Amino acid sequence: MMQLIWSGLFVGSFYALVALGYSMVYGIIQLLNFAHGDIYMLGAFIGFALLAAVGGIPASMSIVALLAVMLIAMVGTGMFGLVLERVAYKPLRNSSRLAALITAVGASFAIEYGMSLLAGPNPEVYPVQLSGESFTVLGARISPQQIILMVVALLLMGGLTYYVQRTRSGRAMRAIAMDPRACLYMGVNVDKVISLTFFIGSALAGAAGVMAGAYYGSITFLMGFIIGLKAFTAAVIGGIGSIPGAMLGGLTLGLLESFGAYFLGGQWRDVFTFGVLILLLTFRPTGLLGERVTERV
Amino acid sequence: MSTESPQSPKRSKRSKPAKDSALASGPYAEVDPPSTWAVAAETEYDKQRAPKVSYRQDSLATRLLNNRQLGWVGFAVAVIAPLIFVSTFAVGVMTNAMIFVMLAAGLNIVVGYCGLLDLGYAAFYAIGAYTSGVLATKLGWPILLTIPAVVVGAILAALIIGGPTLRLRSDYLAIVTLGFGEIVRITANNLTPITGGPSGIYGIPSFSIGPLDFNPVKNPHTFYYLVLVVVALAVLATSRLGRGRLGRAWRFVREDEDAAEAMGIRTYQTKMAAYIAGAIIGGLAGVLWGMKQTAVSPTDFTFLYSALILMAVVLGGMGSVPGIVIGAIVISALPDLMTGIGAWRYFIFGVLLIVAMVFRPQGVWPYKARERPGTRRGGPTEGPYDESSGTSAEVTA
Repeated sequence: MMQLIWSGLFVGSFYALVALGYSMVYGIIQLLNFAHGDIYMLGAFIGFALLAAVGGIPASMSIVALLAVMLIAMVGTGMFGLVLERVAYKPLRNSSRLAALITAVGASFAIEYGMSLLAGPNPEVYPVQLSGESFTVLGARISPQQIILMVVALLLMGGLTYYVQRTRSGRAMRAIAMDPRACLYMGVNVDKVISLTFFIGSALAGAAGVMAGAYYGSITFLMGFIIGLKAFTAAVIGGIGSIPGAMLGGLTLGLLESFGAYFLGGQWRDVFTFGVLILLLTFRPTGLLGERVTERV
Repeated sequence: MSTESPQSPKRSKRSKPAKDSALASGPYAEVDPPSTWAVAAETEYDKQRAPKVSYRQDSLATRLLNNRQLGWVGFAVAVIAPLIFVSTFAVGVMTNAMIFVMLAAGLNIVVGYCGLLDLGYAAFYAIGAYTSGVLATKLGWPILLTIPAVVVGAILAALIIGGPTLRLRSDYLAIVTLGFGEIVRITANNLTPITGGPSGIYGIPSFSIGPLDFNPVKNPHTFYYLVLVVVALAVLATSRLGRGRLGRAWRFVREDEDAAEAMGIRTYQTKMAAYIAGAIIGGLAGVLWGMKQTAVSPTDFTFLYSALILMAVVLGGMGSVPGIVIGAIVISALPDLMTGIGAWRYFIFGVLLIVAMVFRPQGVWPYKARERPGTRRGGPTEGPYDESSGTSAEVTA
């Protein structure tokens, strides 16, 4: 029981990190960034390339190396998110929603198969494995690397909350989410803030990618597809557009999955997740923390 | 400033009546103005609308491509093609292309006409193939009798997925259909006692009518013509649907859902109709596919496949029937004809989608509204969403 809760929370913190980027972008420009899961994949591959290039990292230094690599990968995926927004999404900001969605699907395809062309279609083994003695707390087996990864995830989420709630550009983000045109009148540099949102969201996904690579040990160019879907589910569970909602949704989804997989069997896990998504949209489409949003004309 | 200010009230006074007449003859004239307006603006109204609509300066090529006989030409080409390329391989490629055309035509209703992004269209294809395959092999039903079951299954699936999501913003539908596609595939993969698990179902039978044996292995040519007839009917049906009253309601919903609702179109029912129509066509295409392959397995119905169908619709020209037919043939036949591009194919498709949306969002062969004065006989004087009155007038276009 405790084991299920713990593993659910742990997986959920990955989902939450990816869901944050989804939710932030959606909150600001109402775009479902299908390529978001692929940015997570990109982060994992950047981390992989860096670690492979450095080579031979002693086990004692692996955590430090991993954190350093994670920071670089975050900057890398963040920059990539900026470019993606500028090239693919910005020209379509005023066109129909369908066009923007199709572009996002195209971007997702291009990133996935571009990566498979670059790195080959076979799974890669992550060069840094976190190992350590696991210990038992309240009947749950917990390993130190899980704790470290979770602390990192929590720190990132805390930092984001601080940034959005307490800083000037965070305030600009919240304002744009409410009314982009009024922000333009008030002298907010809307384009810049949107770019910044893409940067932060992509950086968080990249961090999650590196962490997932180090934790699961192998990465493939399609790893972003399912996690993108699940992150969206998490964002919807929490209420899309809401940052605390995305965190809560990620953890909730992790727990749901962990229990669902236990009772139904592992091969039904994804079916269970999407089933939850469909049920949720039937009964409470605004999610746990979402507010009722009326569509503006 | 001071020199301008005395002029500005004058200008606004003068511009007012002009604006009024523009209202009567402009966009508002399209919706049959109330009789008082109509009398006042009648001459203006008649003079302006006829030349505006019918004598648009089209190039020769455009007129040729918009010719109504084009469908027959395409059909004739499809009839003759297997007589020229007689090899079994070529006929197989063409049969696959035809089935793909049917899928694209079905998805075109959902994405092209109604503007709903469906990323799991292969799910309906899978439902059709599996329903008919399971009933035919496990229960021994004749394959033709499974068709009603397939239709019912597709409608049920469309209701389950569309029911909750079509009330929400269209973005939700995109991602829920993506999840739905995965659910169907994983279920087919896991439900071994019924669906045969990862190895799928084997030995799906075909059927014969009198001397005509539609066995795809023994008589690929006969089977090709069967597929051709079914697909041509499906394409014709979607094209007619798209031009009818319901089709215009779909386009209206795509362009502006709120305005459509304000005009009295029940948007939820309209979207649901599009989704169900697409589902039925997808399911029937699945039956053809099962017969053609004589076997189905979960790997036939991945997200990639859904994305390829979407690609055919988007690149061909959303809502344009000739566009999506050409798009589907190109996209389905290319990998068979050009081996060795492998992963490049999907990368190029992804880039093409972005480029198409940024530079040519209407597709290579876009839909053009072809309403002529004569077609408005029925006119929107009755309720704007009324099946019985509008269709006969519209189809004559």
